Amino acid sequence: MSERAVIDESSTPRLARGARLQFDQHRDRWIVQAPERLFVLDPIALEIVQRCDGAVSVGAMVDELAAKYNAPRDVILRDVSALLQDFADKGVMTT
Amino acid sequence: MNEISPPLALLAELTHRCPLQCPYCSNPLNLERGSGELTTAEWQRAIDEAAALGILQIHFSGGEPTVRRDLEALVRHAHDANLYTNLITAGVMLDAERIGSLVEAGLDHVQLSFQDSEPVGGDRIGGFKGGHAKKIEVARLIRAAGLPLTLNLVVHRQNLHHLEDLIAMAVELDAHRMEIAHVQYYGWAFKNRAALMPTRTQLEQATAVVTAARERLKGKVVIDYVVPDYYARRPKSCMGGWGRQFLNISPTGKVLPCHAAESVTTLSFDSVRQRPLGDIWRNSEAFNRYRGTDWMPEPCHSCDRREIDWGGCRCQAFAILGDAGATDPACGLSPFHDRLVHLAEQDAAGETPEFVYRRIGAG
Repeated sequence: MSERAVIDESSTPRLARGARLQFDQHRDRWIVQAPERLFVLDPIALEIVQRCDGAVSVGAMVDELAAKYNAPRDVILRDVSALLQDFADKGVMTT
Repeated sequence: MNEISPPLALLAELTHRCPLQCPYCSNPLNLERGSGELTTAEWQRAIDEAAALGILQIHFSGGEPTVRRDLEALVRHAHDANLYTNLITAGVMLDAERIGSLVEAGLDHVQLSFQDSEPVGGDRIGGFKGGHAKKIEVARLIRAAGLPLTLNLVVHRQNLHHLEDLIAMAVELDAHRMEIAHVQYYGWAFKNRAALMPTRTQLEQATAVVTAARERLKGKVVIDYVVPDYYARRPKSCMGGWGRQFLNISPTGKVLPCHAAESVTTLSFDSVRQRPLGDIWRNSEAFNRYRGTDWMPEPCHSCDRREIDWGGCRCQAFAILGDAGATDPACGLSPFHDRLVHLAEQDAAGETPEFVYRRIGAG
């Protein structure tokens, strides 16, 4: 059995096999599809998920987003970690 | 206001043929014969029409979809249309080569059914000797091929005592997800109700087992749980609302709002052979009859849950009350709720009759 993936700054998350990021042109939105699941991404979630390529670390992602949005790093880190941990617990994201 | 949004998912029932004979099969009692099934080209056209209509996911089901030798061609076609492809299978006809060709065709995910946690019960409930052992083998092949796996575990009074073992089996087989679903009583299951209905105590114990397993397995295996609505206080949001998110195409091409809809004998259904899918979805009598909230009787029409459960299940209202336009009697607010509860308690307290196995002509 696989162990629970715990997200921290050094994690390099990617979408799990069976999960797919795509643009839903009929409804004009970005989604992640997974078995019997569909997650609608808001613009922030999209920024995060798009960066999850299995190479970029959470820490690097947070640096980039903090700079881009001129926001406190600890706030961004908290939000990014929460979203990725939630996706990991739902089997959508892996490390 | 009955706004028509595009459907999210298509259940493609490629065939009603199946080597298993589960007595709670979701197929209609009147099984369609192989000779009338849609051809490969007809399915491909239907997939194109469904993609154009806006679906995102396609579930290849049956019967047993792997009976069709063109399954790979259909998976490939759906994959090329950018659809999320899911195979719902009993598994007994799969081998490493076939799984490899399905992966190559672009299959995203597999749902594999088990009837019990051990061979004696599994083979007896499925009506197929050697089935359980074969399924174990196939589950390992699916994981070896790298495909994400969900185990579909239908539970009822004849296997609920093995629920802990079923969960352990799913973990041992490295499934990503399991769907523990109490039998829903339509078609074959309605016919076999007295052999399948759990007692209220069995249900409560099962729910406690699932709750504990979810906590224990958090982040490791996802557990979805479907309760039997005979013991519920509010109805399920059946199909997320009639004609709202979901459509089903039968082996011969009939387009249905859900897989059990043909049990509502007051409705007639159009075929993809005669009418474009988009036209059926938007304009057909069957899809519009119970779409939205305008059709609802009281207590649904003024209920603050009307856009949460959409009046519950039309097939259940028809099966129990003979009126598909009535409030689902699973709802505690239905004037006929007691009738449903009484049926459940009576069945659960009685002797366990022999199964009527699912096969052509037995319904």
